[in-house]
Amino acid sequence: MTAALSLADVRKQFGETKIIRGVSLDIAKGERHAIIGPNGAGKTTLFNLISGRFPITSGSISLNGERIDTLAPHEINRRGLSRSFQITSIFPNMTVFENIRCGLLWSRGYRYTSFRLLGRQKALNAESEALLERLNLQSRRDLIAGLLSYAEQRALEIGITIAGGAEVILLDEPTAGMSNTETEYAVNLIRTVSEGKTLLMVEHDMSVVFGLADRVSVVVYGEVIASDVPAAIRSNMAVQEAYLGAEAQ
Amino acid sequence: MRTRTDLRWIWVIALAIALVLPWIFFDWKTSRHSGFVLTMLSEIGLMIVFALSFNMQMGQAGLLSFGHAVLFGLGGYTTAHALNAIRTSGIWFPLELVPLIGGMGGLAFGVVIGYIATKQRATAFAMITMGLSELVGAAALMFMTFFGGESGITTDRMIESSLVGASYSAPWQVYYLIVFWVFVSVALMWLHTQTPLGKMANAQRDNFERTQFVGYDPQLIRFWQFVVSGFFAGIAGSLYTIVYEIVTYDALAASKSANALLASYIGGVGGFFGPVLGATLVVLMQSGLSLLSNSWVLYIGVLFIVMVMYAPGGIVGLLGQHAPIARIGRLHELVLPYVRILVPALITVFGFVLLVELTSFVTIGATQGKKFKVGSLMIDAATAQPWMLAIGALLIGGLWLRLASRGFMRVWDGLIEEAKTLGGAAR
Amino acid sequence: MEVFLVSLLNGLVYGMLLFMLASGLTLIFSMMGVLNFAHASAFMLGAYFAYSISLIAGFWVALFDAPILCGLLGAAIERFGLRRVHRNGHVAELLFTFGLAMVIEKVVQMSWGLLAVPYRIPAGLDFPLFSVYGTQFPAYRAFMLLISGLMFLAIWLALTRTRVGLVIQASLTHPEMARALGHDVPKVFTLVFASGMALAGLAGVIGGNYQTTSPSMAVTMGPIVFVVVVFGGLGSLLGCFIASLLMGLIQTFAVVLDYSAADLLANVGLTVTRSSPFGELLTMPLPRIGALLPYILLVLILWFRPRGLMGTRDT
Repeated sequence: MTAALSLADVRKQFGETKIIRGVSLDIAKGERHAIIGPNGAGKTTLFNLISGRFPITSGSISLNGERIDTLAPHEINRRGLSRSFQITSIFPNMTVFENIRCGLLWSRGYRYTSFRLLGRQKALNAESEALLERLNLQSRRDLIAGLLSYAEQRALEIGITIAGGAEVILLDEPTAGMSNTETEYAVNLIRTVSEGKTLLMVEHDMSVVFGLADRVSVVVYGEVIASDVPAAIRSNMAVQEAYLGAEAQ
Repeated sequence: MRTRTDLRWIWVIALAIALVLPWIFFDWKTSRHSGFVLTMLSEIGLMIVFALSFNMQMGQAGLLSFGHAVLFGLGGYTTAHALNAIRTSGIWFPLELVPLIGGMGGLAFGVVIGYIATKQRATAFAMITMGLSELVGAAALMFMTFFGGESGITTDRMIESSLVGASYSAPWQVYYLIVFWVFVSVALMWLHTQTPLGKMANAQRDNFERTQFVGYDPQLIRFWQFVVSGFFAGIAGSLYTIVYEIVTYDALAASKSANALLASYIGGVGGFFGPVLGATLVVLMQSGLSLLSNSWVLYIGVLFIVMVMYAPGGIVGLLGQHAPIARIGRLHELVLPYVRILVPALITVFGFVLLVELTSFVTIGATQGKKFKVGSLMIDAATAQPWMLAIGALLIGGLWLRLASRGFMRVWDGLIEEAKTLGGAAR
Repeated sequence: MEVFLVSLLNGLVYGMLLFMLASGLTLIFSMMGVLNFAHASAFMLGAYFAYSISLIAGFWVALFDAPILCGLLGAAIERFGLRRVHRNGHVAELLFTFGLAMVIEKVVQMSWGLLAVPYRIPAGLDFPLFSVYGTQFPAYRAFMLLISGLMFLAIWLALTRTRVGLVIQASLTHPEMARALGHDVPKVFTLVFASGMALAGLAGVIGGNYQTTSPSMAVTMGPIVFVVVVFGGLGSLLGCFIASLLMGLIQTFAVVLDYSAADLLANVGLTVTRSSPFGELLTMPLPRIGALLPYILLVLILWFRPRGLMGTRDT
């Protein structure tokens, strides 16, 4: 069966600096996969390579069997891959509702038209409201997104990320900077929205990793040093403490 | 939050004012409209459309263009040629629909120019538009067939075909045609902001990466926004040709593009209606101030710099900043602080204006044989007194203003803090 | 051959003048991200200051003082204006310098009048230096080459041999990094901006009497300097140097090559007259299109190679 997302000996260097030194990874359809590792290991760079922000130096990245490493980010997104960002990436000057609606536009067939009034699109607006409810942001509907609290913005970002119905979702440190309650809430949200989808996430919070992930890969210095079920990785902790340091739980 | 019906009433009131305005300046004794006023009002109208179309790029899509007048001017030239062609060929095409031709011209050139320019964003985009502006401006001076070289293309709007049977020989008829097209254009541009392209243009301005990850190509968004803005710029240019019956290279010139930039920025590029205010102000300053002083460009320039430094949201932005305070009902507490800064501000402005006028007179005015007059008061610029008065007012007013503004800011900050804690800042 | 050599020399002179202007602009743009519209205004002010100073104290004093005045003005603009506007983003900085250019042009008109002023080459330098195939090469042009050459040397030494220079070099390509390393970047910014304006002023001092000194100087020169900066590429002074010389040569040669596209086509057997489609465009001789060449280049460069000739960063 073709993996949903497949990386084959991916390498990336900026000038002379080798950031990613040969990463091979296969993520099955419907799998929830977490990537952990010390800071500077290249996790976010890996995400940036997959999502097309940077070109790879060598190797290949495939989505459902189709190579995507030469495509532009929006082309990759249209093939069913979406991502969130380490630094919250929403539309800060629009209302929460408009943010969600913009996330839905392309996938619901709207293109670069100036001939449809968004206020009159019943189906689109209904879907946006429904998604808002799922995210529990209904009460914030008409607030300018830039004014939301940090955790609410992260939730909104997850909402925009999945709005288009992408089958493969990349989440870059989704619970970064959250309190325990906020983290718990976010984890539940992620679990529900990724139901039946393929999830790849970078995380530092081990409770999140072990609570959500089916498989875990450890990235150190641009290489995957271990890739297994969470229990196996956890028992490998003794070796990895040197790398994970205070994160170990 | 304003309701839809509130906003609709504003449109109706604005339309009513626009329709009634010429009659306020009507000379009842001679039964004639003021040609000067009507032309100026028409100019305001077409500048409003021009500035709003510019803001489609700058404010809504984050595209700073130094060459927007190219689309305006090309729309004008297209219209001029079309009017001449209608005349010679005898085809029936009502004048009321001619601005559409200008719009299509602006759209077509928008496609060509937009294709090149929107490959880039931000500074690189600004540079391409600057280069293209110089290119087309210089070409307009050189080539005769389309541009008519230095003398431009003249035309005649009385093509004897009209949907309403008007001959457009009288300025007031032209004015009402302008009013019609201004309202239609403004309404359409407003509606555009509520469409997928309009919203995504805002989106790519604020966050082009997220735009990519909702499936849109930011470059194509920029391109189509540019094209649509070109359509409306073309309409504005068309109205220009209809009013003045001539179009020359300065309809394309960099200074015309700068006008759009100034008008939009001074009015406020953040929302939708800022440029309307800005365009009105700039035209009034151009028509009005230019009668009083040679240095009106300097004043507009200084106003522009002051706004860039202290009020980047324009006039509309400045007004909007008062909203939180108004919401908690404490606007009246600002009256006295405002008076306290208004006095030194006026003195500073007085000193500045006097200095500028004196200097300008000494170098330009004197050689032209004019005399320096303020109302009926004659001032001898050769003596020291007026100069000392000017410099003194400027310095004293300036220092006083600095002091007073500190006090003002204290009151202001306090009120804003209160507004925030009372939950007024968030919508 | 004669035409070629004379044009070559003239092109070099003009190119070096452009480099004096473009080098400052490229430094400011690369380091601070600000497209300084007021740069060409400093060029104009340099010429006007030199004119006024030379009326009182002679050319040589003006040569020294006028650029300093421009530099001081630049420092004031950066310190009290740009730095304030910086927090509103690059577009606001750009608009600020744009407004400034407008205002300076008006102030010049107000202070010196609308017409060109008779800023002339000093008598001491007004003689033919040598003859090239019968055409005289004025000593003043050699003087211009000398000054611009000395300036180039001075910049090169300052950038490579002084500590500040090294910081500037680092900030050219990696501004955030330089700041993170603890260098007082705001002070360096003021220094670079002021020096850039002073250089532009110096270019005005020696160029103002070579061309005409009028209030429209800035508007004529400005766009061409922008083209050179973009052409040469961000972050590279060498690219700027090559681009300046190229532009100088192109513009000079365009004036002397009296051919048109129609002539080219005639060589392959196609006749084009004014009445043919696009006839007007194709029969336009090169000298007249010469004014358009820099802008055509700008558009082409930004389309095909936004990095410019040797840029290290995208524009």
